[in-house]
Amino acid sequence: MSLPLLSARDLDLRFGRVVALDRVAVDIWPGEVVAIVGESGSGKTSLLRVLSGLMLPDSGRVLYDGQDVLGMGEAGRRRLMRTDWGFVHQNPRDGLRMAVSAGGNIGERLMATGARHYGNIRGAAADWLARVEIDPARMDDPPRNFSGGMQQRLQIARTLVTHPRLVFMDEPTGGLDVSVQAKLLDLIRRLVADLGLAVMIVTHDIAAARLLAHRVLVMREGVVVEEGITDRVLDDPQHPYTQLLVASVLAA
Amino acid sequence: MHEPGYNFAYLDESTKRMIRRAILKAVAIPGHQVPFGAREMPLPYGWGTGGIQVTAAVIGPTDVLKVIDQGADDTTNAVSIRRFFARTAGVATTERTADATIIQTRHRIPERPLTEDQILVYQVPIPEPLSRLEPRIAETRRLHSMADYGLMHVKLYEDITKHGHIATAYAYPVIVQSRYLMCPSPIPAFDNPKMHMMPALQLFGAGREKRIYAVPPWTEVRSLDFDDHPFRPIRAPHACALCGSTESYLDEVITDDQGGRMYVCSDTDYCNERQALAGGAT
Repeated sequence: MSLPLLSARDLDLRFGRVVALDRVAVDIWPGEVVAIVGESGSGKTSLLRVLSGLMLPDSGRVLYDGQDVLGMGEAGRRRLMRTDWGFVHQNPRDGLRMAVSAGGNIGERLMATGARHYGNIRGAAADWLARVEIDPARMDDPPRNFSGGMQQRLQIARTLVTHPRLVFMDEPTGGLDVSVQAKLLDLIRRLVADLGLAVMIVTHDIAAARLLAHRVLVMREGVVVEEGITDRVLDDPQHPYTQLLVASVLAA
Repeated sequence: MHEPGYNFAYLDESTKRMIRRAILKAVAIPGHQVPFGAREMPLPYGWGTGGIQVTAAVIGPTDVLKVIDQGADDTTNAVSIRRFFARTAGVATTERTADATIIQTRHRIPERPLTEDQILVYQVPIPEPLSRLEPRIAETRRLHSMADYGLMHVKLYEDITKHGHIATAYAYPVIVQSRYLMCPSPIPAFDNPKMHMMPALQLFGAGREKRIYAVPPWTEVRSLDFDDHPFRPIRAPHACALCGSTESYLDEVITDDQGGRMYVCSDTDYCNERQALAGGAT
């Protein structure tokens, strides 16, 4: 078997007396979707931020494609974030420039990596708007005129335009109503399959994890308490906390 | 002789030394903004407190100073700064570009090509080219340190999207020596090409923001653009009403309330010289 795309070992992170990560280890292989589930405050988002280099852990190692992410310095991590990686924030306002047109938002990553042809940038923007089911005629509108679901789709388009290999998603469906959530999950699933993306997705929505993820990590109080193939973890939970989590899902 | 009671060129010697150190560092890293301890000057912010401190730090007793404001030698700002140095440094002043060794400027580069023996000192209101795009100073410095300038192109992209062309007509951003993004101060985009490979030393002083930056002689200065929307220096499509120049940067002057207007050179010295030449010829 090939090597993992991203591999983390012994991650420790504390906020004062609160333990956010306690000797966490994670692997993600190319093209794989890994969901991190758990209740609020269990360390899910901290783990995502540490893996993506947005936050430094107290100790531990993160290897991406053979490179030491924590040791490469901020310039290297930023380069990765512009090229090989993407980050989809829970709140689109954190991931979009609200005063810049939708086309400009999509084009930013292209321009940051050296695209200097206005026509081509616009072409790519129109193409990506269509792929995330936004009417390309709205390319010149600012995202603040978009609905919440559209903003989230725009954020995904902006992230994927440079064809990253690994995308971090922090509760991408949070704050959206159920039907919009369903459409967004559908879209993410299709794009991930089309592009062969590796995705690390944080969610507290067990149904979303089942729909998208190949593998699930269950976190509680900074510890990965259970890990495995999605269907196995959700259908046959071993750890008492996972059993509680799965049993708490509301059936419609 | 300068007026007694003042140190030469107003500032005390240790302050001038501090500013010179900042200037040397700025020259060594073309386009990089160097912080310096800007002093209170006897004129308000926005009137050239940065430029005047840079001039004070580099001027010597044998220098000949020219000061222009929007190209003109006879406006309030230019006259008062010229008089300031005449009094506090006792230096000779001139309105002729060719005779000056130091030219302090607000918002223009003279039309006459400058030489290796000259220094051009710019007054800069906002030194940070990313300030309108990224409000956090700490973040702009990080972007500079990593040459992460995609954001500036987003601004130009938005210009084309809104106006059909790059509508930035002044303070048009440049890349110096293929490395640092720099605001050329609010000179018209028309003047940007003059900065490229200029034989004269270019110094930029921002008093309120406490920054100095520089472009050494013979340095590459490139205006940002897109392959399919190349940089175009913009100029009013007229000839100067006084000297007939079709190459200089023009000011539009309203002459009455009937819609009458004329276009004249913004660079008064250039215009006067051409008029004198034409007068001498006839």
